[in-house]
Amino acid sequence: MNFNLKVWRQKDRQSLGTLVDYAALDIPPQASLLEMLDIVNERLLLKGEEPVAFDSDCREGICGTCSLTVNGEAHGPDHPGAACELYMRKFREGQTIVIEPFRVKSFPIIKDLVVDRSALDRIVQAGGFISARAGSAPEANSVPVPKTDADVSMEAAACIGCGACAAACPNASAMLFTAAKVSHLALLPQGKPERAKRVIGMVQAMDAEGFGNCTNTYECEAVCPAEISASFIAKLNREYSRASLKRSAGE
Amino acid sequence: MIGTLDPKVPGGPLDRKWTSHKDHARLVSPNNRRKFEIIIVGSGLAGGSAAATLGELGYRVKCFCYQDSPRRAHSIAAQGGINAAKNYQNDGDSVYRLFYDTIKGGDFRSREGNVYRLAEVSGNIIDQCVAQGVPFAREYGGLLANRSFGGAQVSRTFYARGQTGQQLLLGCYSALCRQIAAGTVQMFPQTEMLDVVILDGHAKGIVTRNLRTGQIDKVAGDAVILATGGYGNAFYLSTNARGCNVTATYRAYKKGALFANPCFTQIHPTCIPHSGDYQSKLTLMSESLRNDGRVWVPKRKEDCTKSPNEIPERDRDYYLERKYPAFGNLSPRDISSRAAKEVCDEGRGVGPGGRGVYLDFADAIRRLGEQTIAERYGNLFEVYEKITGENAYKVPMRIYPAVHYTMGGLWVDYNLMSNIPGLFVIGEANFSDHGANRLGASALMQGLADGYFVLPYTLPSYLAGQGGRRPSADAAEFKDAENNVRAKIQKLLNVNGNLSLDSIHRELGTLLWDKCGMARNKVGLEEALGKIPQLREKFWREVRVPGDGEDFNQSLERAGRVADFLEFAELMCIDALTRDESCGAHFREEHQTPEGEALRDDDNFAAVFAWEFQGCNGTITPPKLHREPLHFETVHLTQRSYK
Repeated sequence: MNFNLKVWRQKDRQSLGTLVDYAALDIPPQASLLEMLDIVNERLLLKGEEPVAFDSDCREGICGTCSLTVNGEAHGPDHPGAACELYMRKFREGQTIVIEPFRVKSFPIIKDLVVDRSALDRIVQAGGFISARAGSAPEANSVPVPKTDADVSMEAAACIGCGACAAACPNASAMLFTAAKVSHLALLPQGKPERAKRVIGMVQAMDAEGFGNCTNTYECEAVCPAEISASFIAKLNREYSRASLKRSAGE
Repeated sequence: MIGTLDPKVPGGPLDRKWTSHKDHARLVSPNNRRKFEIIIVGSGLAGGSAAATLGELGYRVKCFCYQDSPRRAHSIAAQGGINAAKNYQNDGDSVYRLFYDTIKGGDFRSREGNVYRLAEVSGNIIDQCVAQGVPFAREYGGLLANRSFGGAQVSRTFYARGQTGQQLLLGCYSALCRQIAAGTVQMFPQTEMLDVVILDGHAKGIVTRNLRTGQIDKVAGDAVILATGGYGNAFYLSTNARGCNVTATYRAYKKGALFANPCFTQIHPTCIPHSGDYQSKLTLMSESLRNDGRVWVPKRKEDCTKSPNEIPERDRDYYLERKYPAFGNLSPRDISSRAAKEVCDEGRGVGPGGRGVYLDFADAIRRLGEQTIAERYGNLFEVYEKITGENAYKVPMRIYPAVHYTMGGLWVDYNLMSNIPGLFVIGEANFSDHGANRLGASALMQGLADGYFVLPYTLPSYLAGQGGRRPSADAAEFKDAENNVRAKIQKLLNVNGNLSLDSIHRELGTLLWDKCGMARNKVGLEEALGKIPQLREKFWREVRVPGDGEDFNQSLERAGRVADFLEFAELMCIDALTRDESCGAHFREEHQTPEGEALRDDDNFAAVFAWEFQGCNGTITPPKLHREPLHFETVHLTQRSYK
């Protein structure tokens, strides 16, 4: 297949970037979008041009490393799935494909299509854990967890931390990401002791990183490769209100 | 420099070794721990759990990973599950059985003491993960659920849908984040280790390159822990992530660490078949699918091009059930992979190129309903459909073996310390627990066992004698290592030829897959040993690495890794050639039973082969072989049978 690419090129964080045209010819339809970029890069290299920098690692949709906006959609048009799970057979012959990085102020561009998402790590560091020292854990079956709670918790825990939610959101909000972690842990009995502290810490960190707030546009849910439901944002809001009330009541 | 290889396995009865070892190990008191700086390279299940645990204990930890976040380490891609001898199913499991299955699964090429310890701590891992909030699958009563994996006749595998590795890694990552916030662990993402620094015979630091800025740094520490995973990407196509590499362990090898059993590479039986030259990786379909899927090919070659649903039951060959009735579709990985290769070699393979076999769920769907199957494996079916465009609820999956895991790795003793004092190796990067073949759901177990429950007990024994010996990073040895790293980078940039990295790496991968893959023989290995140096020469003459070293340069990162694979591949083949027997995943065609099973030679090869680097100046000086004889005090060596 043949495609016209418009790819974002930017030397580094300080430089101005621009869309550059490339022809991607003779691309096997079974190739993934990233494999198509590999082919284009190999050809650029042999022509003496610098290949396009883009991030990827597992290439099976679980590590969350890829961070491409394709034709204006985070991870491209084939939802749910990360950009590495997008196959060229999903495009039309001769189609123009615009490839940009995730556009979020809190994800500064490192080079071309590669962004710095360390802000997400810092949100988790602000409370996205259960304090359980190795060696002090009780016997695993001593606390039964209702299957439905465990299942919903797992749905939230499936977040791959790619940041597409923030890239798709008109407010560049990372609330779906934060909500997924808060919900995953709040739904389990093990997560209860730190429940209030966790949600307040994580929401404060999210604000400090410059992410916006949720105004219910549901773009995040639409692009999420792990199909995290936006209803977890409602859960996050409830958790936050509950924690704030308890705190103001002096608990 | 190296005397006899002493594995330092404690004496006493098997089930008392670890307890008594812990009872007598040296300790570092809480107020002294903060005086020690521990360098950990890698942040997957092994490195991440070690960093979190050592940080919590009060050591000062510096943890490095090449990914942009520790949460993206490749442990995340493990699908099926984690084994533990909890016996929650009341089906006869025990620590001894998990130990025995692992030793037998490894075809009697691992150390009894290490494997027993692994089985012993397996239950603690599940406790720990549940306490961290890992959302394992549960039954309606709220208790933990289990499933079966290959090589076992009990259900001892814990799982979180098809994303067990992800959930365990996120548990370990959250513990790591807590320590980062507490200031005990300093995290260095997008930073690659390029050399180990040895002072007075002890590992006391590393040289790193910041992948984002190109900055080279010297880092001194009291001990260095490598948790850098396996080397499956030597084959170019594997189920590993694109970034997985041998660089950290290979460069430690070049500094004197012994590399053990490098030819033991696991070929996983259930992967989506290879489809073309452009392909950048192979995708695994979890072994757990074999709980409900039945593997078959047509009995007759002529049927291979027919649609599978048109082939009646009587014309299908369920070859695993036929050949291994006791274990059937859940036969161990090495055996299942070879059986698939065999039927495809006979011309009975299906799909493009005839390199594929069916994994069929029709029976299970009839028995349990589509919904149950979707609950168990839904996400795997989705992945399969994404990649192939086929609906596996309606037509059988097509699968074929692919490189997946490497049992070989740096040699370590019972304390997980290499032959270089102060250099510890954990997780897939070491060689210790899986022998010649790893059983499914045991990699996650080993990574977490090493990081949470073994290293925190064995590292202090080394540190206790090392107070105040951490060197300054300005020492001459650091400067030398830095200069070497810089020279190597410059050399890569200077070649400026006309070949892409991928083209040479692909060529190496094809060669290894053909000559040192699922089946090996003397002629093929010798041929590979003739070709690898030529390929290496071609690389250094014709590769093109654009850009410079002072920048974010992905080509340069990969070039360094491919250069190491091009040397390491030779070591794999030398090891495969020297091990003149078949065992587990190492199948030498010259050594097989009349039924075509691996034929071990216990008299001559019940040993670990640990290789010592002797130099490489364009051509590699043959490495020196050290043998660690394996002593079996408890198990009786038998011909492995899954019939």
